[in-house]
Amino acid sequence: MASAPYTPSNPNNAGLPLWLLAELTYRCPLQCPYCSNPLDFATQGKELSTEQWVDVLQQARKMGAAQLGFSGGEPLARPDLSELIGEARQLGYYTNLITSGIGLTESKVERFKQAGLDHIQISFQASDETVNNALAGSRKAFANKLAMAKAVKAAGYPMVLNFVTHRHNIDNIDKIIELCIELEADFVELATCQFYGFAHLNRLGLLPTKAQLEKAEAVTNVYREKLQAAGNPCKLIFVTPDYYEERPKPCMNGWGNVFLTVTPDGTALPCHSARQLPIEFPNVKDHSLQEIWYDSFGFNHYRGDSWMQEPCRSCDEKDKDFGGCRCQAYMLTGDATAADPVCAKSDQHGKILAARAEAENADVTIDALTYRNEKTSKQCSDGQIIASDAATR
Amino acid sequence: MSFDRSLVPQWRPGYRFQYEPAQEGYVLLYPEGMIKLNDSAAEISQCIDGQMAVNQIIEKLAVKFPQAQGIDDDIEQFMLVAQEQHWITLG
Repeated sequence: MASAPYTPSNPNNAGLPLWLLAELTYRCPLQCPYCSNPLDFATQGKELSTEQWVDVLQQARKMGAAQLGFSGGEPLARPDLSELIGEARQLGYYTNLITSGIGLTESKVERFKQAGLDHIQISFQASDETVNNALAGSRKAFANKLAMAKAVKAAGYPMVLNFVTHRHNIDNIDKIIELCIELEADFVELATCQFYGFAHLNRLGLLPTKAQLEKAEAVTNVYREKLQAAGNPCKLIFVTPDYYEERPKPCMNGWGNVFLTVTPDGTALPCHSARQLPIEFPNVKDHSLQEIWYDSFGFNHYRGDSWMQEPCRSCDEKDKDFGGCRCQAYMLTGDATAADPVCAKSDQHGKILAARAEAENADVTIDALTYRNEKTSKQCSDGQIIASDAATR
Repeated sequence: MSFDRSLVPQWRPGYRFQYEPAQEGYVLLYPEGMIKLNDSAAEISQCIDGQMAVNQIIEKLAVKFPQAQGIDDDIEQFMLVAQEQHWITLG
């Protein structure tokens, strides 16, 4: 495919795909109820082969991709991961492994290092064993993560720990931060869960209250000051959920502008959630990445601003936030060209306000959440499981 | 406090400086991030090899760019910012 001469027409003057997210597999030993994978992941096509992935890596690198994330699912489930890391590093990528740590061993940590892996990010579900394991749907998860975090650091990698926070663990953010400092993390992502995939399905049981969020941010700021005073390079990154914003995020830094995701079966997407949109996206098995990135219908669909409606079209902030997230607009309004309802200017912003109000009184326990696994995924595809919260109705 | 020019800068583990043909410029890569460096930052960064001290870097670039004014201050300033951002360690 890559050998055919091809001159892109690039009608919207797209930038370079600097960031490639390689979702190697949807297989995962955990069942996190806030997983951002598509609800119907279990019914997707066959995974790309090693050769097909190598071809994708080569094409994207030529087009300017410099940052590469190996993600999933759990990328460790791919037996060819070490080979793909080696190939990627040789091509000049900065290689990131985004993992739950389950399936990681000290010898793999070492082997990946030799293959040229630059960075390992381990995600935690909570700072204490019981909550972590309950959320992960695994009894061994926590102890293994701690051991692997130590092994990653010992092998000389920079360490990024990722904690997805939500109403069941955000009140323990002080303990989460203490644990990260103890593990000598270089970066800590305190990411309040965003509502895509399974997280959207479970929104009522996950969205923290405004008071919880404000307290967590205040605690984080206290630790930031302490770390700075101690000259500790550990950087705390606090991600506020969209549901407590009044303006939308500049999603993916613009549609098809910087980010390119390739899913396990080779479908190319402008972001990892876009598959749910009622748009056809191209597959790397059928087209070259140049055709896909510059000229495909899917990648050009929301470039520029001619697709926008009011209030975005005449908004003086449209070049800043691009109307927000297309997936969120579609999930919450049924129209992917609408303003992201997170925006207070959207006539659908009431859905966000209703979700906030619901969070004040929600009493969904951890065990009542819908966990991400093959069974629930198939039930979602069949329409047996549907989201039923105020924001979706 | 005066800056000690005998210190040797080194990239922090996990930080990689490289040329990107597609961007026609130098970048600094780190976990899930990338900074495109301007021409002067790129010239200084090319000298960071874990061997050369700041004063040696100043000498080298002063020879390479004899017409540049205040090059020593620029280099010192870059080192301070890079250290503050934890891109480099000075040892």
